[in-house]
Amino acid sequence: MSSSVLYDHPGPRARVRNAVLSVIFGVGVVVLLWWIYRRFDEAGQWEARLWKPFAEAKTWTEFILPALWQTLIAAATGMALSLAFGIVFAVGRLSDRWWLRVPAGVVVEFFRAVPLLLMIFFILYGVPFLIQGPVPAFWAVVVGLTLYNGSVLAEAFRAGIRSIPAGQSEAAYAVGMRKSQVMQLILVPQAARAMLPVIVSQLVVLLKDTALGYIVAYPELLQRGVNDLSANYGNVVAAAIVVAAIYIAINSLITLLANWLDRRSQRRAFRVARRSAAPAAEQTVVEPQG
Amino acid sequence: MHVFADQANLDAYLSSFLWILKLTGASAFLALVLGVLLAAFRVSPVPVLRGVGATWVSLFRNTPLTLIVFFCYFGLFSTLGLSLADDLDLNNYWLGVVGLSVYTAAFVCEAVRSGINTVPAGQAEAARAIGLTFFQTLRIVVLPQAGRAVVAPLGSVLIALCKNATIVGTIGLMESSNVMKDLINSNGDAVIPIFLVFAGTFAAFLIPTGYLFGWLANRLAVKR
Repeated sequence: MSSSVLYDHPGPRARVRNAVLSVIFGVGVVVLLWWIYRRFDEAGQWEARLWKPFAEAKTWTEFILPALWQTLIAAATGMALSLAFGIVFAVGRLSDRWWLRVPAGVVVEFFRAVPLLLMIFFILYGVPFLIQGPVPAFWAVVVGLTLYNGSVLAEAFRAGIRSIPAGQSEAAYAVGMRKSQVMQLILVPQAARAMLPVIVSQLVVLLKDTALGYIVAYPELLQRGVNDLSANYGNVVAAAIVVAAIYIAINSLITLLANWLDRRSQRRAFRVARRSAAPAAEQTVVEPQG
Repeated sequence: MHVFADQANLDAYLSSFLWILKLTGASAFLALVLGVLLAAFRVSPVPVLRGVGATWVSLFRNTPLTLIVFFCYFGLFSTLGLSLADDLDLNNYWLGVVGLSVYTAAFVCEAVRSGINTVPAGQAEAARAIGLTFFQTLRIVVLPQAGRAVVAPLGSVLIALCKNATIVGTIGLMESSNVMKDLINSNGDAVIPIFLVFAGTFAAFLIPTGYLFGWLANRLAVKR
């Protein structure tokens, strides 16, 4: 249901009313923005010296770009490991052997329920006592991200594998495949395609969570671009706004990509559904993912 | 378990989870109110309000919570001088609640909006046909049905909020992750039991909460 179904197509009176409301709320929004602007102004946050660093090359080459690279590296490594973790544990949870299924289920449920920060702290401060050596902040962040996002992806994969019509695996068994072959050749590839939008949107979560690296002094965007930069120039508000804009830009692009993939896979599912007669349609259409 | 036999450590553990509980409670309430309001904005006939809702969601959903909480402390409090309480801990607590609420409200808004989208068009069309106004349609027909559909996603948002509450530790509140860090640093011989107690507390509360919301969502689902 599109939002326009909630109300009638506006007639003359409704149009006037909407225009009046638009003006009233528009003025309200402008007043609010003006108030925020004034508060910033009173605190001297619009002074040129606070914003000037962002016009200098040094700010970008020494702080923001290397930090952005660290953020992207951590997110990319975490994503690759999460995908592997997710596939292994999704298949593990669907195993016929209880001694694989139960531990896989416990691991996935546990890591989904534990805050990421708690895991990162344990890896960074606790694990060194166990292995008698330091753990680099990078790996504390990446392993933490992997355990959490891997578990989330495992659940997504499991749902994806289970949403594939039973006819697929029945046909595969009928031509003589073993369970592992059915999984590898038939179910996982189809589930991966259906889950592609979910995987891409999980990347947004992962990228945002790399900001936790700030708490453990990993030199990522928040650490270098806001904390260290503002230590040099005293412009914490300005730096936070610029860095937030960078995060928002990257994540919006990823979200656009996920939506495009989602539309594409839904179109595809719809085509398949049309081709394979009406009754199967409901099963074939991929469930919309939040 | 000798670490938790020490009364001081036990108190630190209990008070840390009390902070998590308080952060979750206050933020859940504020985020729910704000999120439903934003969702109403996003489906309203007034373009300005739709814009406000959409902007809020795309701004706060795409910014890391750590950055938002960081800004609440170093931006709102340190630089702009917004103080929410005289007591240091309480001030950090309320700044954390502000950060958690504005962030979580974006997710509540999206959950409610997708819930509104699950209500068949015929329901709203019938409501309009009998002459209900926009607010009546929303209040009497659409939202009650949408509310049932959003139980499961809102449950996930609540669970995420509870876990996210640990991030307020960034601005110095002695919540669970900070207390765990301190206990690990002073008890290097018992790191695994300490981690299992803290992580286990979250798991023991949040895993059943997840199943509860799943059960509730099933029970409340509108049968069609």
